[in-house]
Amino acid sequence: MSAQIKSSAPPAALGPLQWLKKNLFSTWFNTILTLISLGVIYFALKGILHWVFVTANWDPVAQSLKKFAVGLYPVEEIWRIGTILAMVSTLAGVSWGVWRGTVRTFALALAAGFIVIAVLPFDLYPPNGDPLDLLVRVGFIVLPVLIALGFLLGWKVPIKGSLVLLLWLLSFALAMVLLSGFRDSELLPRVSTNDWSGLLLTFLLALIGIVASFPIGVALALGRQSRLPVVKIFCTLFIEMVRGVPLVTILFMASIILPLFLPEEIRIDRVLRAMIGMTLFAAAYMAENVRGGLQAIPRGQYEAAQAVGLTGFQTTAFIVLPQALRAVIPAIVGQFIALFMDTTLAIIVGLLELLAIGKAVLQSNQAWLLRDKEVYLFIAVLFWIFTYAMSYASHRLETALGVGER
Amino acid sequence: MSQSSLTRVFYRKGVPLWRDVVVLQWIAQILSAVLVLAFLWFFVSNVLRGAEVRGLSWSYSFLKEAAGFPISESVIPYDEAQTFGYAFIVGLLNTLKVSLVGVVLATILGIIAAVARLSTNWLVSRIASVYIEIIRNVPLLVQLFFWYFGFFQRLPPVQEATALPGPSYLSQRGLYIAWFKPTSTFWLWMIFVGVAIVAALVLYFYLSRYQVQTGRTTYPVATAFAVLVVLPVAGWFLVGDNPLASNVPVLGKFNFDGGLRVTPEFAGMLVGLVVYTGAFIAEVVRAGILAVHKGQFEAARALGLTQMQVLRLVVLPQSLRVIIPPLISQYLNLAKNSSLAILIGYADVFFVGRTIINQSGRAVPVFLLIMAIYLTISLVTSVIMNIYNRRVRLVER
Repeated sequence: MSAQIKSSAPPAALGPLQWLKKNLFSTWFNTILTLISLGVIYFALKGILHWVFVTANWDPVAQSLKKFAVGLYPVEEIWRIGTILAMVSTLAGVSWGVWRGTVRTFALALAAGFIVIAVLPFDLYPPNGDPLDLLVRVGFIVLPVLIALGFLLGWKVPIKGSLVLLLWLLSFALAMVLLSGFRDSELLPRVSTNDWSGLLLTFLLALIGIVASFPIGVALALGRQSRLPVVKIFCTLFIEMVRGVPLVTILFMASIILPLFLPEEIRIDRVLRAMIGMTLFAAAYMAENVRGGLQAIPRGQYEAAQAVGLTGFQTTAFIVLPQALRAVIPAIVGQFIALFMDTTLAIIVGLLELLAIGKAVLQSNQAWLLRDKEVYLFIAVLFWIFTYAMSYASHRLETALGVGER
Repeated sequence: MSQSSLTRVFYRKGVPLWRDVVVLQWIAQILSAVLVLAFLWFFVSNVLRGAEVRGLSWSYSFLKEAAGFPISESVIPYDEAQTFGYAFIVGLLNTLKVSLVGVVLATILGIIAAVARLSTNWLVSRIASVYIEIIRNVPLLVQLFFWYFGFFQRLPPVQEATALPGPSYLSQRGLYIAWFKPTSTFWLWMIFVGVAIVAALVLYFYLSRYQVQTGRTTYPVATAFAVLVVLPVAGWFLVGDNPLASNVPVLGKFNFDGGLRVTPEFAGMLVGLVVYTGAFIAEVVRAGILAVHKGQFEAARALGLTQMQVLRLVVLPQSLRVIIPPLISQYLNLAKNSSLAILIGYADVFFVGRTIINQSGRAVPVFLLIMAIYLTISLVTSVIMNIYNRRVRLVER
């Protein structure tokens, strides 16, 4: 008995040499593979490092940070974006205090990101030596403090999770109002959507697409599962037609054909048109994801709900949808990530999102014309950080909600 | 009497009309139909009115007018005197060209990356993971810009072209590779090739059926392959002159002569699409291989199958069933993503369609045509996929 227990004890951790032997040099074939890989890594790293630190000229990136961040947004109105950041930071802190867990990682990452920006050895606010540069840096130092204060608030004061969610939605609406301002207002003059650009526009396109496509997608999915043939046919047609064509055509349709579809009097803003196109596109894909979840709900759930006397609406809202959505969280987050990356296509209809700003930066200075690699690599790294953070969050969310465990 | 029949109309089965599920469902359907149709009618009438104001008739007859714009590359001969319709086909063929070549290369890259990621060699699997995680998390358009503007446009000018083995040359004008030129005997030789393909297919099906029916080993794959190689080789010597002459690029005064030219636009598009889609295909393939239960490997090994046989006869058939549907949707994504070509100037169907819109001013008809083409591609693919799915389901118990 005791011998058996002994033999089933976990094997001792491998020593470094054993580990090397097991994972890299177990057979002659593996040894060759390892040596080839080492060679590839050596030459690739050498080339890349040499290019990054010697050949590359990072001036176009370092001197255009403000452009990449907010693009053409008027300089005297940038305080609005600062206000929004402060709002987001505080809320992130509160969410950390209330929910803990994964949110902590994000709040901390956000704070770290702000601090990194604050101490960047480049001009945040060209031209050189502008006193505003210091102000912006101080602002970025204050933001982590706000996160900490928010955390204390959320930690000490009992706040309901639903209230925090509501606050997020409210802050979103408030942010939109702040960004666009009012016509004929002294304090908050209108900022034309043509000036919304850079990372700011990329975030806006993605956020609005995500927020708006979600309910539409759920509705379409329910419609496609409906027992009413007419509703079902319309929803299916819409979903399949949108999914059958590239996003480029949808965006184009929204920007060029949509104005033809509407009478002369109705003029929709350029940015808004792109947002509509993107939302409809994302909604069709969202619908298919949600449908996958709906199909996974066993019939017994419907029957049980009916047996306890719930109406059709109640069954859908309280029994079916919560389970269906929980089952497809990974797919939905994947969809959001795809939408975030797809915002780059807005360049096709002339919006100045991050990638378009990159192009503009390259053309803004004769000496930078040949620096495409640097600029596009910088943009790629920015996107990578955000998308990687999102997929990390989705993994954590999956484990937290126990998706796939039942 | 009349009142009671009226009551019966309103209280069918004892349920008031406004609470009868059947009636309510009909009302909902009619309402939604009316709503959607009204929307469509509103759109269409506006378009028609707009077209009338601009004096454009609603027809596709403009497709017969001369195009009058150049297209940078084309599979079939094209010049500006050709019609809009012909230009459109040129664009469509370019889309198909980049999609087909892209699909083949991306599949190869994806399988290699998937196998590498599953490798027991720690370093190899790390390299594959890094490739997949980086590529999947960066927008395709950024990658396309990087490849095209950052690499293919920054190549040396023609006179200083980088020589690669082949001989082939890489320069701003694109990649010139040594290729083949058909000679007078080419078509004669092609008959041999055609016969070889047909014979190989017939032999393969006949022999494998014979093997299934009688249980005798007939080597269908090896036989078919042998026929496929032997007949064309024999034909090569039988037709007399070499059916294919080599066509080597030679540097002329301003550009290269001869060889096969791969334009920078096509190359940028292809590299971007292949590297991007390859990472997604790698994940699809990996999931498929992992989906095969470990016991299947072990059971097959226990039966005495060799490693190759285990893969070919046990693992692959099962994992293919998991792999094929998402793989096809990746192929479709690649085809749809090829529409980004407009941003780097590759003349695909969307790019040409856009130019036709600018030239002819008929946005809506051209647009419907473009959408119809993409929808057809999707539809055909999904029909094929459904047929395949039905077949693999039949193979199941």
